[in-house]
Amino acid sequence: MLQLILFNVFNGLIVGAFYALMALGLSLIINLSGVINFAHGGFLALGAYLAYSLMPLVGFWGALVVAPLLTAALGLAIERLLIRRVYGRDPLYSLLLTFGLAYILEDVTRYIWGPQSLPYPIPAVLTRPLSTQFFFLTGYRLFMVALVGLAVAALFFVLGRTRLGIRIRAGTLDLETVSALGVNVRVLRNLNFGLGIYLAGLAGVLAAGMLGLQPTIGTSLIMPSFVAIIVGGLGSLPGTLLGGLLIGVVSGLATVFLPSASEAVIYVMMGLVLLLRPRGLLGEEGRLK
Amino acid sequence: MNDANRSATPGRRTVLRAALAVGAANLAPPFILSARGEQPVLIGLCNPLTGTYAGVGKNELSGCELAVTQINGKGGILGRPVELRVEDSTSGDAGTAVQKARKLIERDKVDFLLGNVNSALALAMAQVSNEKNILHIVPGGHTDAITGATCHWNVFRVCNATQMEANASAQQLIEKAGRKWYYITPDYAFGHTLQAALEKAAERLGGTKVGADLAPLGTTDFSSYLIKAQAANPEVIIFLPQGDDMVNALKQAVQFGLDKRIHLAGAQQELESLEGLPPEARIGSWVFEWYWKQPGVPHVAEFVEAIRKKTGKVPTARTWFGFVSTWSCALAAQAAKSMDAPKMAKALGGMTLPPEIALVPDPALYRAEDHQLVASLFVGNAQAGGTDPEDLFNVSRVVRGADVAGRVEDSPCKMVWPS
Amino acid sequence: MTRARQLGATALLWIALLTMPYWITAIGGYMELASRVVVMALAAMALNFLLGYTGTLSFGHAAYFGVGAYGVGMTLKYLTPSTGLGMLIGMVAGTLAAAAIGALIVRLRGVYFAMVTIAFGQVFYFIAFRWNSVTGGDDGLTGWRRQPLDLAGIRVDIQNHDTAFYYLALVCFALSVGAMALLLRSPFGRTLQAIRENERRARFLGIAVERHLWLSFVISCAFVSLAGTLYALLNNFTDPRALRWDMSGNFVIMAVLGGMRSFWGPLIGAAVFVVLQDYVSSHTENWMSVVGLIFVLVVLFFPRGVLGLLQHRG
Repeated sequence: MLQLILFNVFNGLIVGAFYALMALGLSLIINLSGVINFAHGGFLALGAYLAYSLMPLVGFWGALVVAPLLTAALGLAIERLLIRRVYGRDPLYSLLLTFGLAYILEDVTRYIWGPQSLPYPIPAVLTRPLSTQFFFLTGYRLFMVALVGLAVAALFFVLGRTRLGIRIRAGTLDLETVSALGVNVRVLRNLNFGLGIYLAGLAGVLAAGMLGLQPTIGTSLIMPSFVAIIVGGLGSLPGTLLGGLLIGVVSGLATVFLPSASEAVIYVMMGLVLLLRPRGLLGEEGRLK
Repeated sequence: MNDANRSATPGRRTVLRAALAVGAANLAPPFILSARGEQPVLIGLCNPLTGTYAGVGKNELSGCELAVTQINGKGGILGRPVELRVEDSTSGDAGTAVQKARKLIERDKVDFLLGNVNSALALAMAQVSNEKNILHIVPGGHTDAITGATCHWNVFRVCNATQMEANASAQQLIEKAGRKWYYITPDYAFGHTLQAALEKAAERLGGTKVGADLAPLGTTDFSSYLIKAQAANPEVIIFLPQGDDMVNALKQAVQFGLDKRIHLAGAQQELESLEGLPPEARIGSWVFEWYWKQPGVPHVAEFVEAIRKKTGKVPTARTWFGFVSTWSCALAAQAAKSMDAPKMAKALGGMTLPPEIALVPDPALYRAEDHQLVASLFVGNAQAGGTDPEDLFNVSRVVRGADVAGRVEDSPCKMVWPS
Repeated sequence: MTRARQLGATALLWIALLTMPYWITAIGGYMELASRVVVMALAAMALNFLLGYTGTLSFGHAAYFGVGAYGVGMTLKYLTPSTGLGMLIGMVAGTLAAAAIGALIVRLRGVYFAMVTIAFGQVFYFIAFRWNSVTGGDDGLTGWRRQPLDLAGIRVDIQNHDTAFYYLALVCFALSVGAMALLLRSPFGRTLQAIRENERRARFLGIAVERHLWLSFVISCAFVSLAGTLYALLNNFTDPRALRWDMSGNFVIMAVLGGMRSFWGPLIGAAVFVVLQDYVSSHTENWMSVVGLIFVLVVLFFPRGVLGLLQHRG
């Protein structure tokens, strides 16, 4: 029993890392622009499908690099054309806008690639588990954790050390002052959105290796992402990371004791966190009303 | 009218003549049609075309469309041409399916209703069709209740009930794989009944259950379930989730290397799921409700060719469901020589399908007592690809449906016919 | 919009609603569609009582919608073939649930409030799914039908006559909407709007903010559970998906689409949402792109929802 629990905790951290990746992108966008990006799952799916189509051309590793960049490029375009129009308005309008966008993305994905599940092969070097005892530590999952770790480290580096990152963080706290200080807020928001979508695209490519590839691959992942953000606390990226990991672990543990509740339990966890600590675990006072 | 008018503009008479000609041309065809009594027979299909079930829904639609083409090629139903009216029930809540079913019945005045892939939606639609006295054939909704506890006189079902699948697969699994089974079951009615049926069938053959877990529908990550399963040390892990859940579970199981130590198997498998798996994950022992490669069985090759030409891929069991259910409408009407639903239902119950529609080696018939189609089941194991890249299932044995179907006496179905 | 114009528009609206069974079939619709519009409009307007007037977003209203639906379904299936009693039980159950949960969550605000309502909604969904011996689980609750109403000796056959059911739904809608309008016009309603505009100031004025929010939450959920009972009666069926967050999402979409700040906005939003999906999905498999595009266009060109634009012009 103890071994089962330990295994599930370990495995939960691995799975949670994946949730954290998707949630971080979503969190970035909410923090700076106040936009609730319901289309995040659609971008995830698009990243996965682009990787699928690129694979015969540039191989698995090439697709891993290129597909998220292409997705981010689309994200930049969509921010410029559509998202930018709802800044400053009630966040519910961004909800309706991105909801419509999600519909469009899902439908276009289904139209281009078909409704059937598509096989997404991963390179043989990643398919074997590292040991028979810790069989759940497959090459692919460890690779995924490593990649997520790298992405998170890179993200925190960008946010902490580069000019863009510092401006984003400042903008999250007080966009008006940042603008008054001469920063081009339009470009800032655009790049921030692109960054968030890049993370979604990357999560999509990783998801394709682990899950079946079909047009609704993103829709089942969007709610857990919101939960991760809220549990960790709005406005706090480390919080989002923690939230993602918690989702993985809690869900895994639930499987040990009450498997049919393994999905419901993350909502129970969120409810408890909110009732006991209304701003999330690492959230700051006064965030987003 | 003076000369100037007459030369500059077309005269009134010319215009009138032209108008009459156009009007007559518009009047003529329908007028002629109704004189011959060629009001088309409408078959309404209310199935998912978007959402989780879009893939299988699309395949069922292809089967329906082919059947309609064939029926019309043979003179239609009772001399009238057949038209298919398709509505998207979506993969979501039953309300939409009920809404579309009512739209088809009330507004479009369909004569037959087909659908739904999703069990709950199928049951909801069955209530509507029963209320409106419309013959309703369920191509691919799998819950037992459709021809069990919630059976209706006007509802027929093509795909298998869980008892049939369980009985067909248990034998092979005990012989080839082992006796100690661990179940990973999708947490909904179909999953529960399938597991119960398998447990019963396995027990009779000396199998034991070393553990079981319920996984919520739409589970993406099965790793914790697989960890638990492995810890229980079974000889076989039984995967009962369907569709995308099946793809996720198998993909992850193979990534964990579990296939090397434990036999992976289940009761129901679909070609759509195998197609969605990477080649190394196309493994395991399964039962198919219909398979396209049936050497020596007449008419199957033509069907496969026709679907290949239409969609570019081989037919799956879903295509066959759609095909059979549509043809069943025609057969019912022709046997009853009437479009009256109770008469058609009485004629269809107990009917054996002609071989060019049944497309299986054993006789396929709708049981009169519960309206369940009993045909053949295909037992075998998945393979990465035979001589044909779409041949992903190696059939080791074709089981006669009648041998493995649950007994009619045991069925909770109590059919009430209209007076 | 001038008072006269407003009254005229409202009168026109009611005439359209009262005569809908007669003109809906002429424009290619069907009776069920009309009933569906009314039921969804009630749900959206109930949500907007909370959203538009207190500024509080609930993303878990489907939970109470579903409780109402299961309430009437289970009553008709297990208890007694009385539609009226079933509706009453459904509504009471939904209201009590809202009262209990509302008391717990009323301290939260904004996105946190919305997410905690989702949490409770998902718990209800899970219960409906798992308690399958009672609720039918994933297969849904079936085997029952709406029963004819006996009103003081007159039998209203809502079972076999869809038109009769439409008028039942319309009567419920009218009563609910009337009640909501009265409440909003009362001092209570004014207080809610004060809270929406500036919560801190309202608190300084001595207003019991939490109590008001709780009350408006309960009232909102009471009406949405009524809508839920009508939904179940409309379908003669209910299943757990009626409780899921995507159903809640639909209510929010309808309210925002039509215009959150106007009273009748959600009705328009519901009508557009229901009719649009129904119409477009019959004509093309790619209806999601069309509907999605329309949502995007509404957000871009109708700054305050569909009705917001009309009011602005008027």
